[in-house]
Parts: sequence; structure tokens; C-alpha cells
Amino acid sequence: MIPIPQMVQGPVRWLAGEGPQGDRILSTRVRLARNVAGTKFVGRALESELVTLRDQIFSLGLAAPSLAGASAVQVGELSILDRQLLLERHLISHDLTGDSVVRGLILSEDEKTSVMVNEEDHVRIQALEPGFQLEATFEAARAIDLELETRLPFATSPELGYLTACPTNIGTGMRASVLIHLPALVLTQQIKRILTGVNQVGLTVRGFYGEGSEVVGNFFQISNQTTLGQTEQEILTKLERVVNQILEWEDRAQEAALRDARYQVEDTILRALGVLEYSRLLRSQEVVGLLSAVRFGHTLGLRNVPSIPVLNDLLLRCQPAHLQRAAGREMNAEERNVYRAELVKQVLEVRDVPRFEP
Amino acid sequence: MKCQNCGESEATIHFKEVTEGNLREIHLCEACAADRGFHLAIEHTKLSIASQFIWMAENLYPESAAKLGSVSCSACGLKYSQFARVGRLGCPDCYEAFQPQLQQILRRVHGETTHRGRMPQEAAVAVERPAPAPVVESKEQQLRALRRKLEAAVRGEAFEEAARLRDEIRTLEAKSAGDEG
Repeated sequence: MIPIPQMVQGPVRWLAGEGPQGDRILSTRVRLARNVAGTKFVGRALESELVTLRDQIFSLGLAAPSLAGASAVQVGELSILDRQLLLERHLISHDLTGDSVVRGLILSEDEKTSVMVNEEDHVRIQALEPGFQLEATFEAARAIDLELETRLPFATSPELGYLTACPTNIGTGMRASVLIHLPALVLTQQIKRILTGVNQVGLTVRGFYGEGSEVVGNFFQISNQTTLGQTEQEILTKLERVVNQILEWEDRAQEAALRDARYQVEDTILRALGVLEYSRLLRSQEVVGLLSAVRFGHTLGLRNVPSIPVLNDLLLRCQPAHLQRAAGREMNAEERNVYRAELVKQVLEVRDVPRFEP
Repeated sequence: MKCQNCGESEATIHFKEVTEGNLREIHLCEACAADRGFHLAIEHTKLSIASQFIWMAENLYPESAAKLGSVSCSACGLKYSQFARVGRLGCPDCYEAFQPQLQQILRRVHGETTHRGRMPQEAAVAVERPAPAPVVESKEQQLRALRRKLEAAVRGEAFEEAARLRDEIRTLEAKSAGDEG
């Protein structure tokens, strides 16, 4: 078993820029919340019970064929930097970053599937796929669910389905979400109206890192808000329909932007590329915005720009913990900004950069 | 006040977020707010789940909020007032213990109260896990628990549930009389 900090090196498979609609939809995620019958929920169970449960879930998870080659780790044993790294790779939640000894993570070799242990619920199965693939992502999560349920008695009730610590997850326990890039709708200021509409049909919009996170770089996470009263299939179908509709609106907004302000749009994109290639300091949030602009250029057919996989890779590697691991040391914000600017030059293979004498 | 982001322009957008009781304030100028997508965040920030539950408890059942708070789950001891504060239940049995109140919450949150999705396919066989000692409740204990639930149901005006509980109590009472007779 490879220790998880060593496992999570290099690009992540679910951000490979592959998959249907890969230029506009970065990834699809499905999460299933489960609790073990006969044990109190995480917030109320004894630490000793949860430690036993964690080890039991570890041994079942590592033996599950769908998680072949997986590794498991007690999250509290990892360094703060490693935990931050896992958070940046969307493999643990903010809830899991604490020091608690009860929490764990089982992670498959390709990082596409994982099980968070004793987060808000005892078991949170997660599957991630690149691009827009709701069906395949759900199937990946469900495969783990099916294997675990034969060994672990999950708490259910006939009326309420899977019982979760928070009533907002009850029923299917499923949260399906897509990470979508909508630059034209933001540019044409239609996004607000559209996101309000999305809320009204029982879906919810969040920032890049899920609940409570900010919207940066025109990236949005759209997911189902309700989990009770619909089948998994109905939830997925609705999400798929709405996301397709939003993509159509994004297309139209893109046409409008090009029709009314082609040179301004192109200028914004090319300037973003210039800043990426020639900066001395690049801030974390800034780089997300710049990468978003270049990505938009890609969608608009701009040639000779970094590919989508390269942009995705930068999105990941420019985050604070990733930078610090690449550098092999802790860095303060300014050091990170310098390092980030250098990394971007290196990845984009910028040649003959004007440099000040050291 | 200057913008927290650029430190240059005057902050005109003030954004407050309450997460689990912690207040976070953000002051930004218009440009930085737009840059960081806060115009959207303002629109879409919802009250945290916990505060929604408190709101519901106080608004849906104003007169009985105090009484309601003291109802507790017999399996894990969680009081309803504790749930309302943190928004997390203590154990699977809480759903039954707080059934009348939760019905209302589920209707508000999900628009539905009945699960239609999948369920575990076969009875799970727990391995490597000592089975918990079966708790044999005496009939008196069972009756007491049922009467408590009945009271809660009546308080929550869940009359269908109350009727079901009443019948269950009658059946059990009749059975115990029969057994002993």
C-alpha cells in the first residue's frame, strides 16, 4: 500500500481535460452519504466507537474490488500541508482537515474514487470523472456502495431511505455536481438571472470548493439541492437537462459577446495570457481568473494557446499546498506568488523571459 | 473603510456570512467584489443550515418552541433544542424521536417526505463486528416509549402518526393483558 501523500503526485485523472464537454465542464462528481446502523452519528458517538468503525471501514474498503489498489490513511496523522493538498485535490472536505483521530480517507490509485470516513457521516463515497459524465460517475460511486453494503449494515428507513446526520442529505444521500466554466454568461451579465433560475428548480450553485466557497474565475459548481422524494435517476436526469440548457445559453452569450465586442473579448484573453507569461508575482485568485480567460480563448477557437489539460494542470498546481510541496518547503504568501509566476512560465514553456540580474 | 482586497478604493460592498455561528465580514470595493464574484455570492449565500432550523423551530411552532426543545431521543439522548442549534442529528433513531417536527422540516427542505430512491439490496451481514447485545425492552418500557412518542406526535399535530401510535399502544396493552392472564 503506497502512503497517500506519495500517491497524490502529478496531475489528477479527473482533471485530465478529457471527457464529454471537457473544455467547459471540468469534472463531474457524485457523493453518497451513508451511516452504519447501530452506531450513533459522528457528532455524538464516542471516539473509541468511531476509531473501531474507521478501522472496520478501512479493512472493508481496501478489500473491495471497486477500490482495488487503494490506500487508506488516518487524516489526523497527516501534516497540515498534506491535508491542505488533499483538500485542493477535492479528496477531503474542510470538515476532514481537523486534527480528529477518528477521520480517515480511502483513496483509489487513480484518485477518481474515494471514501471519506467519519466526516459528517460515517461513510461518504465519492466518485470523480473528467468532463460531463453523470451516469458513469454515479455508476462508479454505486459500485462501491453495493460492495460496502453487503458487509456494512447501513442505517435506513423505508420512508426516509438512507439516514444521514443532517436532514438535508436524507433519502438518496446523493449529491451530484458538475464543475462548469461559464465565462460568456458572466461577461454578458446574464449569470445572476440564470443562477437564480437554477435555484428555483431545486439545484444549487456553489464556488470551486463546494459549500461556502467563493466563486472565482467563472467556475461554478452546480448540484442537486434536494435528496429526498426523487430516485437517483430522476435527480441525475434533471441535473443533466439543466446543465445542457445552461451550456446552450452559454453558447448564445458567447455569440453575442463576439458579435458586440469581439476585439474587447480577444484583448482580455490575450492580455491574460501576457500576464501569465510575464509576471513576477502571481496571486492565487488572480491566476484562476487568468486561466479562466485563456480557457475562454480556447473555447472561442483561439489557436496557439495552452491546451485544456495544461490549463487544468496549472489550476491544480498553482494552489498554495501544491506549490509548497513542489518547492519542498513552506513559503509565505509573497514567496508563493514568486514561485507561482515561475511555475507558470515553466509549464507554459515561455522562452527568453526578460529577467532582472539576481 | 478601505477595500480588504486592494487596500486602495473605498469599500462599498459589505458581505457577512454566518457559518456555524461564526461571523465572517468581508469589505470590498465594487471592482474587487466583481472580480471575486461576490456579487454572485451575495445573491446565493443562504443562511447556514443550523440557523434555518432555528428559524423553523421558532417560526413554525412559536408557542411550543420551548416545550419542543426539551423532547429528546431515547436512543442517544439528544434534545431537540440541541439539534436545532447545530443542525445535526445524534443517531438514526432521532428521525423517529423527532418525527413530527422533522416532517415539517423535510417538507420545507426537500418538498417531499418520502424516499423513492434505492435501498440496500440485501440484508447486510456484519463481519468482524461484534453484534450489539440485543436490548430486550420490557413491555412497560415499550409502552412508556410509545406514549412519549404519542405525546410528541400530538404536540406536533401529526395526527395520523398519533392514531397509529395509539393503536400500537392498544395492541401492546391487550397483548400484555393476554400474556399475563
